[in-house]
Amino acid sequence: MSLLKLDNLETYLGQYHILQGVSMSVEKGSITVLFGRNGAGKTTTLRTIMGFNPATSGSIHYRDQKISGIATHLISRKGIGYVPENQGMFSALTVEETLNLARAKSSGETEEKMEWMMDLFPDLKKFWNKKSGLLSGGQKQMLAIARAYINGDGLLLIDEPSKGLSPIMVEKLMESILKMKEKTTILLVEQNFLMASEIGDYFYIMDDGKIVHDGWMQDLKEDKETCQKYLGIA
Amino acid sequence: MEVFINLLVNGVSTGLLIFLLAAGLTLIFGLMSVLNFAHGGLFVWGAFSGAWIFKETNSFFLAIAGAAAVGIVLGWVLERFLIRPVYGNHVRQLLITLGGMLVLSESIKILWGPNPIRVNLPGWLEGSYQFDGIIIIKYRLFVIAVGLLLYLALWLLLSRTQIGLMIRAGVLDKEMVQALGINVKGLFTFVFLLGAGLAAVGGALLAPYSGVVFAEMGMQYAILAFIVVIIGGMGSLQGSALASLIVGVAGAFMAYYMPDLSLALNMLLLAIVLLVKPTGLLGEKGGAI
Repeated sequence: MSLLKLDNLETYLGQYHILQGVSMSVEKGSITVLFGRNGAGKTTTLRTIMGFNPATSGSIHYRDQKISGIATHLISRKGIGYVPENQGMFSALTVEETLNLARAKSSGETEEKMEWMMDLFPDLKKFWNKKSGLLSGGQKQMLAIARAYINGDGLLLIDEPSKGLSPIMVEKLMESILKMKEKTTILLVEQNFLMASEIGDYFYIMDDGKIVHDGWMQDLKEDKETCQKYLGIA
Repeated sequence: MEVFINLLVNGVSTGLLIFLLAAGLTLIFGLMSVLNFAHGGLFVWGAFSGAWIFKETNSFFLAIAGAAAVGIVLGWVLERFLIRPVYGNHVRQLLITLGGMLVLSESIKILWGPNPIRVNLPGWLEGSYQFDGIIIIKYRLFVIAVGLLLYLALWLLLSRTQIGLMIRAGVLDKEMVQALGINVKGLFTFVFLLGAGLAAVGGALLAPYSGVVFAEMGMQYAILAFIVVIIGGMGSLQGSALASLIVGVAGAFMAYYMPDLSLALNMLLLAIVLLVKPTGLLGEKGGAI
């Protein structure tokens, strides 16, 4: 059963027609990776799911409930956690305040989720009272992911977590994301093919606002032609 | 020395009155980047309704509470019908809220007539304290006390409560706050009504302070409040408090020593701050507090 289902989404940003009939589904318990070049529409897809850039037509269902057309805060309350591309740090708030905010409107076992995040990202505990704007890039990404996980319930949308991080940090982060699969379903937007192909189960490739390819990650790794054509990997 | 202390007390009390007006403006701008020129209109309504209630009931407490209620009700009308349709468009906000300001000021004249109205001090706040030639007017101390209390209450609200945390986060990143399931529009309405109530209380406190109220005073104070908000850093409560005190105290001293220049002073302060630190004294630092 698919947890999240996008059906024929059309999204405009101003006069630009960004999403041109995007359909995809995310299976429960999986990591689904959305690949694509810069400007292909990956971030807009996530922003359309969150209701920031609502689709002009098409529909989005989460747990078989329609979530397209409702306000962002209500979409979030259905249980979708969101990690934006720029990490969306509340730079003047401490780690503690940020995570308290994540719990404010969260449903379910926030205490348990909080503890698990502290185990997964011990740095957050270490810098508990530090302003999030003063954290390193990797720590900010951890905080953004922990915030989304604690706030959400069942699904995480993560937008290019590897962006701007050192290779070692990226590797660490991907390991953590893989571990999180035990507890939540993840839709990951990523350009780092090597990393994402290691942790993903299923993939979609976007190009010019359309889904041009999808399948099992295992098959993609062997499909040199598709890799080369859309992802620029020889 | 006597003159210095008298001017300081004058300046601080005027500064705190300006702060009551500026607090709402800065939070409203910080949270929704809404420029609300109608804010001064709430201030005049607070002044007139407070003065009227005081005259009718002879209770200063009722006057202030009533003024706050009038401010909140008018604030709700403004937010619902003038501000909501123009979110995200500064030019339209400027035009429609300036219009709102005019309507609020002029409608005062329908109820209370076109002439300025005299306002008396409540009996228990009349008179002054004297120490060694220093004369401190009781009411000014009262205004300082109330102003500081309200500042403290606002600061506690922002720094210690969950709704305060949401407001601070909203000032920093409105979109992300929504993505955490928080209704930013509801938050904004709350802040707007809070600001409206504070502005009206400021007006009600000012009425006996200046002894006379007139319909045009809203614009005069709204401009001061805008200067304060910019000097302090848009969106920063502490910045506005600091800037209010600077503008109030500097204004009191200038009016005494160089009265010809007292009007130019605020613009000069504004120009200096914008040249040296365009984000304002405490802007882009604390996120609301």
